[in-house]
Amino acid sequence: MTIVVARHEKISDRFYLVALAQGLVVTMKQMLRSLFGKGIVTIEYPEKRREYSQRFRGAHFISVDSKKTENCTACYLCQTVCPADCITIVAGERDAATSEYGVKKEKRPLSFDIDALRCCFCGFCEEACPKDAIKLSRSYEMATLTREEAQYDLKFLVREVKDRG
Amino acid sequence: MESIDLFSSLWAYLQSYDFIALLLKLIFILIIGPGLVPIMVWLERRGSAMIQGRMGPNRVGPLGLLQALADVLKFFAKEPFVPGTANKFYYNLAPIIAAVAPLAAFAAIPFGGTVLFDGYETNLQLSNLNIGILAALAFAGLEVYPIMLAGWASNNKYAVLGALRGASQMISYEIAMGLALIAMFLIYGTVDMNQMVAWQGESLFGILPRWGLFVNPLAAMIFLIGIFAETNRMPFDLPEGDAELVAGYHVEYGSTKFAMFFFAEYVAMSMAAALFVTLFLGGYGLLPGMEALAQYLAQVFQLEALGLHNLKTFLGVGSFLMKLCFMLFFYIWVRWTVPRFRFDQLMNLGWRILLPIGLVNLVFTAIAIYFIGSSL
Repeated sequence: MTIVVARHEKISDRFYLVALAQGLVVTMKQMLRSLFGKGIVTIEYPEKRREYSQRFRGAHFISVDSKKTENCTACYLCQTVCPADCITIVAGERDAATSEYGVKKEKRPLSFDIDALRCCFCGFCEEACPKDAIKLSRSYEMATLTREEAQYDLKFLVREVKDRG
Repeated sequence: MESIDLFSSLWAYLQSYDFIALLLKLIFILIIGPGLVPIMVWLERRGSAMIQGRMGPNRVGPLGLLQALADVLKFFAKEPFVPGTANKFYYNLAPIIAAVAPLAAFAAIPFGGTVLFDGYETNLQLSNLNIGILAALAFAGLEVYPIMLAGWASNNKYAVLGALRGASQMISYEIAMGLALIAMFLIYGTVDMNQMVAWQGESLFGILPRWGLFVNPLAAMIFLIGIFAETNRMPFDLPEGDAELVAGYHVEYGSTKFAMFFFAEYVAMSMAAALFVTLFLGGYGLLPGMEALAQYLAQVFQLEALGLHNLKTFLGVGSFLMKLCFMLFFYIWVRWTVPRFRFDQLMNLGWRILLPIGLVNLVFTAIAIYFIGSSL
């Protein structure tokens, strides 16, 4: 069904020139505002970055304690909950007798791989984690030159991320 | 013996004042014609950015001024690809005509008065033709051919459609433009652009300069709309339509040949702007207030009549360039203000609005001149 929309045009609107002059004034105003650096809404990206919300879900990292040891205990909860099936953990053990943590942190991940190309950044892993180990940072610059670089390993994940990035 | 005579006379000509003056004028034309293109491209990008609240290209060189150079280098570095089904001769001919025609039109447009030097009087105009503005218009009218040639020779549906649109648009607006021009010819009583400028040098009612714009604003408006359509500028850039025609008539062109079309478009714009300035904005006539400035400078530097004349010519070239730059800015200003027309709206405007208005204007002007004479 066609809907006929009535347009109430005045005579001056139909001549178009008045509206044109008004439009020229509007654009000139904006141009002068931009010329004096007021009306510009874009930022120069690599130098200046947008401040995203604290809840932004970006590149993954694993939190570490004061001795730079990862908090992950390889409980597999994140791997289980992950809807994209992108986390692969291989669990191992620290010897409780020699480890400085004793029985704490006895279980540890031997490897912790995340396929960032599969990840859908839902944040379920973050919610499931009982140790607050796996987290999503606020970093959004995740472009890589090769597919291999997008496979995050444990060494990459335990990097220092201050204030969620 | 004859050949020696020929050589010596040629050598004498090459050393003559006329030749050197011609060479200097040629260089000046080649600077303000093509030289305006990179500045226009830069202004177009930065201006559009400012109007839209962006910053625009500012990385290449200071303020992004070398961006146009980078673009040109990119075009020249690309592979010159010719589609297999294209007609090679016409395909290659089209960008050449496109680039040459508007430049040739520049030759007939005066950019200054006369320079008196060493007893010689030089017109600041590449060729002072008797047919004056008609020569410029003839070359401007050639601009429709590269569009048709390019569209047809490319052997591409989009290109043909774009060329069809471009050709019909330019031809229909040329009629309205021509009518506006005839009205101005009636007022000026001449087709010689130098005389037109001289006519516009007087003052109107003692306050306004007697520019064509104030004498016959209707003709000025029709001509202004016409040059926007002639140069395929924004509200009328129908030959190119990203949504429906891709790039229109030059869709099959790449590398240097595309750069030539691009260049031609901007030269055609400055040429049309120069025509408008000459016809309606007093040409190289001094801007209001410049006469007093010239007198003041002549007093300060104690110039005699000759020096004052040359100073006024210099200021005249300056005012011509200022008016030209304003017109070029106006193109950009309008482009980023007005949304584009639909093709049927464009044709309606040309045939059913501008053509009758142009005719009425012509008849009214003729009657007015019959009764009050061209003295005004």
